[in-house]
Amino acid sequence: MTIVMDTFAKIGFMFALIMGMVVVLIWMERKGAAFIQDRTGPNRADILGIRLAGLVHPVADVFKLLFKEDIQPANRHKALYNTAPWLVMVIAMSTYAVIPFGDYLTVGGRQVPLIVADLNVGLLYILAVASLGTYGVVMAGWAANNKFTFLGGIRATAQMISYEISMGLALMGLILVYSGQATPEHLKDFFGVDFLSGLRISHLAAGQGELLWGIIPKWGIIVQPLGFFLFLAASYAETNRNPFDLPEGESEIVAGFHLEYSSMKFALFFMAEYAHMVVAAALIATFYFGGYQIPWAPRPVLEAKAAMLLPAIIMATAVISLIFAVLFFRRAQHEKGKFGDARDREPGLGGGLWALIGLGALGSLALQPWNIGPEGAAVFAGLAQVGMFVAKVVFFAWLFIWVRWTLPRFRYDQLMHLGWKVMLPLGIANLVVTAVVLVLVQ
Amino acid sequence: MSFEGLPKGSCDKKTSFVESLYFPEIFRGLGVTMRHLVKNIFHTADMPTMQYPDEKRVYSDRFRGRHRLTQREDGTPRCVACQMCSTVCPADCITIEGAEHPDPAIEKFPESFTIDLLRCVYCGLCEEACPCDAIRMDTGIYEISADSRDKFLVDKEFLLNDTERGTF
Repeated sequence: MTIVMDTFAKIGFMFALIMGMVVVLIWMERKGAAFIQDRTGPNRADILGIRLAGLVHPVADVFKLLFKEDIQPANRHKALYNTAPWLVMVIAMSTYAVIPFGDYLTVGGRQVPLIVADLNVGLLYILAVASLGTYGVVMAGWAANNKFTFLGGIRATAQMISYEISMGLALMGLILVYSGQATPEHLKDFFGVDFLSGLRISHLAAGQGELLWGIIPKWGIIVQPLGFFLFLAASYAETNRNPFDLPEGESEIVAGFHLEYSSMKFALFFMAEYAHMVVAAALIATFYFGGYQIPWAPRPVLEAKAAMLLPAIIMATAVISLIFAVLFFRRAQHEKGKFGDARDREPGLGGGLWALIGLGALGSLALQPWNIGPEGAAVFAGLAQVGMFVAKVVFFAWLFIWVRWTLPRFRYDQLMHLGWKVMLPLGIANLVVTAVVLVLVQ
Repeated sequence: MSFEGLPKGSCDKKTSFVESLYFPEIFRGLGVTMRHLVKNIFHTADMPTMQYPDEKRVYSDRFRGRHRLTQREDGTPRCVACQMCSTVCPADCITIEGAEHPDPAIEKFPESFTIDLLRCVYCGLCEEACPCDAIRMDTGIYEISADSRDKFLVDKEFLLNDTERGTF
C-alpha cells in the first residue's frame, strides 16, 4: 500500500512540475521573445491590479480558450480528430515516468526512490514513447482533412524518422560509457547492485555523480561531447521546436498540423508543445548534465555539510528577498499614482510579498536549522537534489526558447541534409570512436 | 547571379570552414540575443516601446485627424454648400445637400453634411478646396473606432461639435 501511495505522490509531483512549468514557459517565451526583440512583452492582463510582469496572461488565455467556440471542419474523421490532441498531451506526459528527479528521499525510515517507474529498459521506453508522440501530430494532420494540415503531418513523420536515428545513436554512446561502471559506494545498498546498467535511467544519473580523474564531474557532456550536440539537435527536432518546427511552418503551410483546431483542443496542442519541451529539457539534463547530481557534492558530502548548508541557504534567501523588497518599495514610492488605477498597488504588494518571504526565512532560523541531525540531513540531501534537477530543467527549457528567438527555421531540404548526411554519419562515428576508446582504456 | 553594386561582404562572401560547422555561429547568435535580453531587463525604461493607451504620441499641428465643420459667430456652419469638397474628394465620401439660407447676404447653407469616415483617406484635399475655411482636419483625433458601420457616417451636428478626443 505504501508503494502505491508513494507512486501517486511522485506522479502528483511530476504533474505539478509539468503543469507549473508549462505556465511559466509560456510566460518565459513571450517575455523572453519580447526582450530579445527590444519590446516590453505582455503587461496588460491583471487580477486586482496585480500583473506579475505578464504571468497573468497564460491564465487569461486559458479562460479565453475554455469559453471559445470549438469550430470543427465538416469532413473531419471524427474519432481521430478528437483523439489527436489528447494523444499528444498524454504521450508528452508519460515520458516523465522514467526520469529520476533525485536518488531517494528518506520518509519515516523508508528510502523512497525519486522516480515514478524505475524500468530496467528506461532508455528504450523513452525512445519508444518519443516516437509515439509523432502519431498525435500525424493523426491531427490527417483527420482534419485539409491539405495544409496533411502536409504538416507528413513533414512531422519524415522529420521524426530522420532524427530518431541520430537520437538513438547518440544515446548508444552513453549506454556504452556508463554500462558496467561500479556503483557509487553510498548507493550500493539502495540499488542492490555492484555495477550500473546503462539502460536504467536511475543508474545513468547515478553514474554521472562520479568524478573523472578525481576533478571533473563525469557528466554525459564531458564523456560524450559530440553525442550531446547530436542529442540536442535531435531533441529539438523531436519537440518540433525552432529551428526544426517545419510541421508548423506558418510561412508555408499556415499552421501545419493544428490549423483546423480551435478552442481547448488547440490549447492542448499548445500546452503539449511546452510539455514536450519540459520532457526534452529533463532528458538533456538527465543524460548529459548529471540529472539531479550537484557537481562535486554527491549525497555523502551533502549529508555531512547539511548542518552548515541549510542555514546558509536560508540566510541567502532572506537577504535576497529583503533586497527585492527594498527595491520594490522604492519603486512604489517612485511611481506613486503613475497609472491612476489598480495597477498602482502592484509595487507595494510585491514589496510586501518579498518582505514576508524574507522575514519568514529569518524567522525559520529560530527553529535552529543547524541542529537537523542525520535524518534531517538525509532529507535535506534528497530535497537539494530535487532542487538541482528542477533548476537544470528550467535552464534547458529556457535554452529552447533562447534558440527559437535566435535562429531562423531550416528549409526542408536543409533539414533532411542535416539529418541524413551530417548527423547520421557523425552519430555512427561517435559510437565507433566511443567503443574503441572504451576498449583501449580497459 | 551578380552581386555588383552591393556593399562588399554582403552576400558574395564564401562560407568559411568555421562557419560551416554551425555551432560557433549559433553560439555567436545566442550571444547577440542574450545581450539584448540582459540590456532590456536592466534598462526596461529605455525600451522604445510606447505604452499606447497610457501614453500617446504627440503629433505635429499639421497632422490630419478627424474632420470638423467650423462655425460662424452665431453658431451656424460657415459652409455654403458649394460642393467643392465633395467634388475634389478622391474617396467620394462627402455628401452635401444644400438649401436656401434665410440671410440674403449668404447664398446657401448645408441642410445635411455627411462624411463616411470608413471611405475617407485623410488626404486633406477638402480642406484645401474649401473657399470658406468651413471644413478642417485639425482636431488631431486619430482613434476612430465604433462597433457598427453606420456609426461611421457622421452628420452635420457631429462635425460641428467634433472636438472631443477618443472613440464615439
